Amino acid sequence: MHELSIALSILDLVEEEAERQRGRVAAVHLKLGRLSGVVKDALVSAYDMAREGTSLAQTELVIEEVPLLAHCSVCAADHPLVSIQDLRCPVCGNPTPDILSGRELEVYAIEVET
Amino acid sequence: MSVNSRLVQVRQHVLKKNDVAARALRARFHEAGTFVVSLVSSPGAGKTAFLEKVLGSLRARYRVAALVGDLATDNDAQRLARAQVPVKQIITGTVCHLEAEMIANALEGWRLDDLDFLFLENVGNLVCPSTFDLGEDLRLVLFSVTEGEDKPLKYPTIFNTADVAIITKMDLAEATEFDAAAAHRSIQSVRPGMETFELSAKTGQGMEPWLNFLRCSQQNAASPQRQQG
Repeated sequence: MHELSIALSILDLVEEEAERQRGRVAAVHLKLGRLSGVVKDALVSAYDMAREGTSLAQTELVIEEVPLLAHCSVCAADHPLVSIQDLRCPVCGNPTPDILSGRELEVYAIEVET
Repeated sequence: MSVNSRLVQVRQHVLKKNDVAARALRARFHEAGTFVVSLVSSPGAGKTAFLEKVLGSLRARYRVAALVGDLATDNDAQRLARAQVPVKQIITGTVCHLEAEMIANALEGWRLDDLDFLFLENVGNLVCPSTFDLGEDLRLVLFSVTEGEDKPLKYPTIFNTADVAIITKMDLAEATEFDAAAAHRSIQSVRPGMETFELSAKTGQGMEPWLNFLRCSQQNAASPQRQQG
């Protein structure tokens, strides 16, 4: 259950940014890769718990899940992968260790009320 | 988005603090010439037994030390101290993984210049440690023959973030009808090209190829070419 640490880190980061922007934060947008090691549902619960009693108690967490994208050296092309348990090119079946996206764990934007 | 709000780009990694601390650690390790290896596995896979053997083997020629993460006890540190190398326990309390800052704190009072190898034994857990960079050069994921050949498929993220897979307790392979080929297929499926070793800390079988690999990795890391690059 490291999702609580993750939720606390998100709140820290957003609080810092909110101070800079001098406004109430209505929502925080998070990119979450399928290979990030963080479980979406667990993070949502941990976030709901962690934000209580903070200045971000009303701030919504909006999660955008990022699919796995890998480069296949045989096809010389980038392909989305279906499963994180099978890192092979969906077209030619060659192993694709070269992951281009899907590890994201990033606060990419906040909505600040004006 | 409501009409009365504006979108501000932030674009920051959630674990920025850990990443910054890990980068600082990595710089310190490189500066000191210390090769750092971390170990992750589920509880009971044999991390401590494996590490005891590794420390014992390296001790004659190298200066080695270990930091051991555990939720509550210092039993593992006591076991490892029998290898007569510096060992320090990091008791994480309720935290299910090691973080870079815990490593930095535990290193206080240690001179890295005096170390060729530093081992970081993570808390027994195949989920949480995957997300936290500790500044290590090499991350090992261990799993034992008693855990089943499909362990990598059940925990793909940790295998994907590790550099080397170690299959432990090979002395029990026959008794547990362990299918080594299936285990290798699982590993390659979640982490194509992953270096894998099969060994038994108890009998010593398979230890030498792994130790050779470790010594080569350390030498390559210390070569001037890489430092310039």
